[in-house]
Amino acid sequence: MTTVHNGEPGAVTTTASRPRRAHPLLAFLAKRLAITAGLLLGVTVVTFGLVNVVPGDPVTANLSDQALNDPATVAAFREKWGLDQPLWQQYLHYLGNLVRGDLGVSQQTGRAVLDDLVRYVPATMELAIPTMLLALVIGTGIGMLAAVRNGRLTDQLVRVGALLGLSTPPFWLSLVVLYVFFYQLGLAPSGGRLSTGFSPPPTVTGMYTVDAALAGQWDVAWDAAQHLTLPVLVLTSLTVALLVRFVRSAMLEVLQQDYIRAAYAKGLPARVVLRRHLLRAGLVPVVTVSGLAFASLLSGTVLVESIFGWPGVGQYAYRSATALDLPAILGVSLFVALVYTLVNLTVDLLYGLIDPRIRLS
Amino acid sequence: MAPLLDVDSLAVTLPGPRGPLPILHDVSLTVDEGELVGIAGESGCGKSLTAQTLLGLLPAGARITGTARFAGTDLLGLDNRGWQRIRGAGIAMVFQDPTAALHPMLTVGRQLTEHMRVHLRLDRRSATRRAVELLDQVRIPDPEQALRAYPHQFSGGMRQRAAIAIALAARPRLLIADEPTTALDVTVQAGILALLDRLRAETGLAVAFITHDLGVLSALTSRGYVFYAGRVVETGPTGSLLTAPTHPYTAALLGARPHGTQAVGTLRPIPGAPPAPGEAPAGCPFQPRCRYAEPACGTAPPPLAPAAADRSVACVVRPHLEVTAR
Repeated sequence: MTTVHNGEPGAVTTTASRPRRAHPLLAFLAKRLAITAGLLLGVTVVTFGLVNVVPGDPVTANLSDQALNDPATVAAFREKWGLDQPLWQQYLHYLGNLVRGDLGVSQQTGRAVLDDLVRYVPATMELAIPTMLLALVIGTGIGMLAAVRNGRLTDQLVRVGALLGLSTPPFWLSLVVLYVFFYQLGLAPSGGRLSTGFSPPPTVTGMYTVDAALAGQWDVAWDAAQHLTLPVLVLTSLTVALLVRFVRSAMLEVLQQDYIRAAYAKGLPARVVLRRHLLRAGLVPVVTVSGLAFASLLSGTVLVESIFGWPGVGQYAYRSATALDLPAILGVSLFVALVYTLVNLTVDLLYGLIDPRIRLS
Repeated sequence: MAPLLDVDSLAVTLPGPRGPLPILHDVSLTVDEGELVGIAGESGCGKSLTAQTLLGLLPAGARITGTARFAGTDLLGLDNRGWQRIRGAGIAMVFQDPTAALHPMLTVGRQLTEHMRVHLRLDRRSATRRAVELLDQVRIPDPEQALRAYPHQFSGGMRQRAAIAIALAARPRLLIADEPTTALDVTVQAGILALLDRLRAETGLAVAFITHDLGVLSALTSRGYVFYAGRVVETGPTGSLLTAPTHPYTAALLGARPHGTQAVGTLRPIPGAPPAPGEAPAGCPFQPRCRYAEPACGTAPPPLAPAAADRSVACVVRPHLEVTAR
């Protein structure tokens, strides 16, 4: 995160100082990264302000009743975390550290917030990436099928299914899935990232399945993958339910277009029309929603992570928030803001790939 | 010799929100090999729906009766595979608005070659070679470059030329052109019309030209059909059809048509509007708007019956019509 923050003003000057006009894509990226930096700054201001406005005191949240009765301990705690300084001084101090790549130390874990994020983010990514890939394929497939069968039984079933999926509370679905696949069928482990007896593979990406495969520890990779199945199953069902509705309506709109009729009128087989003409044109809105869904998955899913004992960003955020652990809350907020801006940037670049009319000129 | 396309007593009913809607009634028409036939009428008269029927592109739930034979094939009995073989390679279609009918995210080259490769079984290189020839044939400059372009990089006229090239790519014998010049500038229209006529003359292509513009009809086609409310009300050689109409609707259409030098005051708009599908009167559908209507017009829709040489008209009154001399 900090490397991006530090690196981007340099990137702006290099592209601008070139004798030839910068490639439009580079100029676009530089502009977007500058906006990202501004946005992250805004996030620190808002979060800093909010955390200090909410009723509650980090001192009472973190110290025991006994320690609270001892004025010396309270004063020491306040001094240690800089809580005795005026708010603007606290903020500037934080910002100064942030520029140097120091996100502060979590009051809860006692570790650097950056180290915590490096630990928790990959766990969440390990859930988010397979979930998104599966949901994209399944959601697009089902959504297209429903659109093509508009109004018929298949369509009705899909629509009811999507509505059910959207109205299902994630924790409830998690419990049902646990009951069926763990308790009744014994097909998958109930939670955690690895079974007891396995130790985490050497860290490369922080995602156990990938790291274990890289290290050639296939038994560890297999065990980690088994631990992924149930939370990924829950998250995929929820994401598919969200995607299907968007895909369906996007594809229905495309199906009305003359160019789809023209494609049929050329004598192309239906599968070619659907795969090449329909899918391509319906992809732009699908990419938009998928981007939002992916960003939301990457930001952590508190309930699903809690139920499956998954040490991800969601759980970290939840614990930090309940403890009013300011450095951790700020760190998570910055991470989430960064995820959303980067995903949006990717989505914008994908638009250009899909639709030549929005390609940068 | 049997006509290339022979449509007899075609009737189409589409499902509507309040029950089935009859759209086409008793439509009969023929197109010969290498012939340019015009189909004229106001918006919503069933011209475009006739085209969709002939390509099997009607929405699900449409009920079709009558017959439609194309080069010996019974079109209305075709299954999906049969339709796929006819579409593009037997009957091809050019749509009204080329901007809407070309896929905005696929290159012109891709849209030009994809069905060629299915129908003519060409490999990529021969398909590309043929694509270049076709673009050259429709007078698109720098064809190699144009193949890599996207439709939005073309002007409106160029897009319609590309759409015509696409329609011709799989060597169809009949081209249905559904108001192909309506969305274009007047200056561009003439070029497209000349192109269609040249293609007909050069390749023996038959063209069914759908238009609401009688001027286009007279300039281009040898025979014409006038549609009103889903029926053919008059047909005959274009020349006599437009100089000596026998159906009051044809005459009214001609009277409502502006000319370059004509003052607006001499235009005679047709009062009222065409009936919506399902709301046609019991008798002749034009009767409520007709200056010559008689009680007999209200009993049943008049059938198309032979009139003068090569002419047929669906009118029981057949008044002596005064057509403003042009």
